Amino acid sequence: MQFWIIQTLNSLALGGLLFLLSAGFSLIFGLMRIANLTHGALFMLGAYIGVTILKFVPNLWLAAVLAGLVVALLGALLERFILRALAGNALGQVLVTLGFAFIIADFCLVMWGGDPIPVSTPEYLRLPLIVAGVPFPSYRLAVIGIAIVTAVALYLLMERTRLGAMIRAGVDDMQMARAVGIPVSKLFTLVFALGAALAGAGGVIGGPILSAYPGLDADMLPLALIVVILGGVGSLVGAFAGSFIIGFIYTFGTALLPDLAYVILFLPMIVVIAFRPRGLFGRQTA
Amino acid sequence: METDALTLTGINALYGDSHVLHDVSFTVSAGRVLALLGRNGAGKTTCMSAIVGFLPPRAGEIRLFGETITHLSPEVISRKGIGFVPQGRRVFPTLTVRENLLVAQQNRSGIDKPWTLERVCELFPRLQERLAQHAGSLSGGEQQMLAIGRALMGNPRLLLMDEPSEGLAPLIVAEVGRTIARLKSEGQSIVLVEQNIKLAFDLADDCVMLNTGRVVFAGTAAEARGNAALIIQHLGVY
Repeated sequence: MQFWIIQTLNSLALGGLLFLLSAGFSLIFGLMRIANLTHGALFMLGAYIGVTILKFVPNLWLAAVLAGLVVALLGALLERFILRALAGNALGQVLVTLGFAFIIADFCLVMWGGDPIPVSTPEYLRLPLIVAGVPFPSYRLAVIGIAIVTAVALYLLMERTRLGAMIRAGVDDMQMARAVGIPVSKLFTLVFALGAALAGAGGVIGGPILSAYPGLDADMLPLALIVVILGGVGSLVGAFAGSFIIGFIYTFGTALLPDLAYVILFLPMIVVIAFRPRGLFGRQTA
Repeated sequence: METDALTLTGINALYGDSHVLHDVSFTVSAGRVLALLGRNGAGKTTCMSAIVGFLPPRAGEIRLFGETITHLSPEVISRKGIGFVPQGRRVFPTLTVRENLLVAQQNRSGIDKPWTLERVCELFPRLQERLAQHAGSLSGGEQQMLAIGRALMGNPRLLLMDEPSEGLAPLIVAEVGRTIARLKSEGQSIVLVEQNIKLAFDLADDCVMLNTGRVVFAGTAAEARGNAALIIQHLGVY
């Protein structure tokens, strides 16, 4: 019983982290039509920046916000000055994001070394929450809560504001969005920065569970890709559902059938692509 | 004094290696409706694409009320005052009708009666009933009304309409025609691309005909209408 509860919570917590990572990834993919392969590196960079901030300010949440801002600034610069220069060249843009992923990974290795750096859980979330005699790891519950709050905030931003409607218009028909005067170029920078912020903050929030280590980027990026393919490019609801589905599959797959973890991970993606090429919540018109 | 809303001078446009527009020049006078006619493939839609900035011309100049807009991006051209109703309507399918209109809203100084959500709904009462509905679920006629309303929300100084009657039932075509006539009576400058020659001649003051990417006629609609040989030669219909 204890095993199932813990694994379920682990699944949900991983799902929450994946949502922080893939929500931005999906929005960028949907609006700009490029897979931002830097996204995993931004997550890792956020985790390392968080480690450094925590040395001076022992507050994980503040560290997450600050790391998110730093990574957002980096994302905005990357979009504005590098990707913009390659506008219309999707392959070039994707390759540049891959190149930046390598550069960031090497930068992290130089700055923070090759050993995994644990991120300590906030004091008040170390003790498990005991409900009906069953202990629940409280930090994981907090991560799930943050993911849900973030999801609701993003949903309101995207569905209830004019800015969100403009972004969705760009996802629907970018050329037409420009032709009705929507400042699509500015939206690109904004969405890229927002996605980077979520990834960076996600890296810090994931710290106490995953810690910061070289290769964290390469571990997270494929998961984000699968989430977005499964959920549907550009769909927030898809990213949310996909994150938790993958959180469960990955956690239980690793625990129960460690040898087949990756098979179990990629199999549902293949099935979904075969029957619903646009993903579970993908836009059927594009 | 009559001012020029739009002037094209020696526009050459290419899709890859294929030369689609050859030295196209014409002028749209302010407050008038100009019908841009021609067979399929004559270059009408390419002309629209060049004006709105989708396909920057290789050579030539486009001026909007005297200001050159030739190599600006579509979003800037829209903000300079060109409203675009594209071929195939291209409403944002996953946005609601209300959102389709609101995202396109632009304020422009020096306009007595700016277009608002309320005014567009008054122009097209059917949209009022469907404000909360996704645009993708509308009928073709309703989507056309939405596409026109969306362009008007930008308070355009010049409205480009690419085949607004295409694929619509006759009753809806008539309604679109009445709408264009009303916009014209309010002083809106319009370029109308149409395959429906009768509709075009009924509405237009002026007429430009394209054939294989070249201007073969530019004059008043009345002149064009009375010249059966011209119509047969360049439009292939009567």
